[in-house]
Amino acid sequence: MKADRFITPAAWALVTVAIVTLPATRSQDLGGVISFLTGFAILVAIFAILALGLNVQWGYTGIFNFGVVAFFMVGAYTAGIITKEPATTEYVRYVGGFGDKLDFIPFLDSEQWLPFLFATAGAAIMAGALAFFLSIPTLRLREDYLAIATIGIAELLRRVVIEEKGLVNSDRGLIGIPAPLEDLVNPPEYKFIFFGLVVALVILILIALEAGSRSPWGRVLKAIREDETTAAAAGKDIFNFKMQSFVVGAMIMGAGGAAYAYYSRSVSPDAFTHFFGTFLIWAMLIVGGSGNNKGAILGAYIVWGFYSITGLMRAYFSDWGVEFLELRMSFIRDFVVGALIVIVLLLRPAGLLPEERRVSLFMQREGKQPTPPGEPESGPTGSRADAPPNRTKGSGGLAS
Amino acid sequence: VIPESAGFAELLNKARERYPAVFDNLSTAALWALFGGLLIAALILYTNLFVVGIIFGSIIALGAIGLTLIYGIMKFAHFAHGDMMMLAAYLAFFALTGRIVGEKTEVDLGWSLDRLPGATTELGPLSFGYGLLLAMVVALIATVALFVALDNLIYRRLRQRGSGIVIFAMVSLGIAIVARSVILILWGPEPRFYVPGIFPAHEFPFGITLKADQIFIFATVAIVAILVYLLLFRTRIGKAMRATSDNPELARVSGIDTDQVIRWTWAIGGALVAVAGVLLAIQAQLKPELGFAILLPLFAAAILGGIGSPQGALIGAMIVGITQEVSLGIEISIAGRDILPQILPLAPGYKFAVAFVILILILLVRPQGLFGAKA
Repeated sequence: MKADRFITPAAWALVTVAIVTLPATRSQDLGGVISFLTGFAILVAIFAILALGLNVQWGYTGIFNFGVVAFFMVGAYTAGIITKEPATTEYVRYVGGFGDKLDFIPFLDSEQWLPFLFATAGAAIMAGALAFFLSIPTLRLREDYLAIATIGIAELLRRVVIEEKGLVNSDRGLIGIPAPLEDLVNPPEYKFIFFGLVVALVILILIALEAGSRSPWGRVLKAIREDETTAAAAGKDIFNFKMQSFVVGAMIMGAGGAAYAYYSRSVSPDAFTHFFGTFLIWAMLIVGGSGNNKGAILGAYIVWGFYSITGLMRAYFSDWGVEFLELRMSFIRDFVVGALIVIVLLLRPAGLLPEERRVSLFMQREGKQPTPPGEPESGPTGSRADAPPNRTKGSGGLAS
Repeated sequence: VIPESAGFAELLNKARERYPAVFDNLSTAALWALFGGLLIAALILYTNLFVVGIIFGSIIALGAIGLTLIYGIMKFAHFAHGDMMMLAAYLAFFALTGRIVGEKTEVDLGWSLDRLPGATTELGPLSFGYGLLLAMVVALIATVALFVALDNLIYRRLRQRGSGIVIFAMVSLGIAIVARSVILILWGPEPRFYVPGIFPAHEFPFGITLKADQIFIFATVAIVAILVYLLLFRTRIGKAMRATSDNPELARVSGIDTDQVIRWTWAIGGALVAVAGVLLAIQAQLKPELGFAILLPLFAAAILGGIGSPQGALIGAMIVGITQEVSLGIEISIAGRDILPQILPLAPGYKFAVAFVILILILLVRPQGLFGAKA
């Protein structure tokens, strides 16, 4: 379809124009506008990390994780308790607090970066460990059982955070989380440094994932997504590959949680709602295009752009005296996110950037490549008109 | 190769693969013994909590029966079930009071059921009048229409395209978000009540204290459950539904109109959702977040009973409801002496986590549920 080709650039352009012009028309201060846009870009990058993690699980392998917020939250809290100093008063109680012990390299300002390397790795490991233990009872079963179990673990973890008062300071949360390299520049300019760091993290993850998805490992994951039985018949250990994919995706989400903790400087249970931490990420991946890493990033940009734009619109509604819209805007945009999921799945199930065709490096060398890279997939695997995994209806019985 | 830390689960899976029949019978017997023992202990030691658990369980049961029917016939997890329950409860609120939130202030539409003569006069010891019963009927009709319309507009297209069950589940999640935001847009985030105020509980033998409303809830659920039973086991469409649930292909070649079966399933599911939602709001309150929170007990009940089995969902819901209530106050004492003081020092916030623990247990030991067919 002709119109189809223009949807992606149009959506991209619309969000970009709105996100630049809306703050620019209200504020005459250029520095303020740039600062706002940097903050926006940082959050897009953090959401992009979460969406990339979900893409490994859902886009590559077809694992149905409805508890993204659980891994996001575990990552954020782990980063917080590793980088903070130990709790001192009886009003603020949390475990850990290793920030002052981790700068053991006595030069290069190690307290500015070394604890954060440990914390980010720790966040990824904790989220990965959670995924590992959750995969044992659920990954062998039908995919929707995993979805229910992940909703459950997200809810349970939120309860644990709130009810276990000494664990991570209950519902008041952790405040004053340090950020990497923050003492090197003046506070107003720090945003740009952090933006650079988080973009570097996104690029690092993107390179690793692109390489992974082209590797034999990535192809096995897609084979499992397309047809589990055939992949098993080809001698692949389905459970093991699924677990690896689930754990890798969760680790990426954990790292995203760590970045969120450094950026927001505080983590509290209120921030980790099912909507904000799970469904928004799903909307990003579905809108962007599941199975495509660039799609995940584009989806993060467009959905979070929409979210920020509606936030900015509030000021206009108050100017225009449309109080109902001003007061209800946050609910209306939730409505739009939910509707977006349904509409995209109905009308454009592959998303804005459909999955690219992946051929092995061997095939490229031999010149056997049927379509040039970067083309939307068509041909043998392109029969997948639906988003992954393309199970035929009524794949009923419990796989056990 | 499974790492060693997966030991217990691996052992279970090995046992399941090597001795399927023995494992099946043993695991079933163990689960029945566990839940049976738990329920009997709860009944003797915590009679009051047991009864409160039955009330809560009966509300879950209505939702879980609808969920298990949809799950059994259309093979997908309907994640909008809880939020639809809440939406139905709010629709009943709207029909009863005619109130929505406008710009900052409440808007009261000039008509509503509570303006009918005597509609708010309390029925005997209950907290509400016949107006709420009428409102429940209005909500029921609206929800049935909504479910059938959603199937026509959305799910039918997915079926025609042959989408995977996961796409169905995800679309239902999108619908759940939409339903919750509609509640928030129209009625705001603050909790609401059909009838504000505190109502006295009545004393019964064995230390049971119950409100009249709770007995009403139980009676309503009992009547609705009997109606569902009659529909499923005494009518042609019920027979067709059970056949489709067992084997859709076989049902189709036997000449069953599966499209009609699916419409009926949505209609019944919608009716059950509406009644369950209104009863939940009578028992607790009207609160937008409750819809998603109730989802976990619903799924735990449906999976515990075995997907596609309405009687299983009923019993599963009772087990979930009772366990949830009793686990909070557990303190085992014999002859006045605490033998295991505070075996589980559970904070009230863990109430919904109980459903999750049951869910994980059943997925580990017997994923097809207590009444499910063999995998």
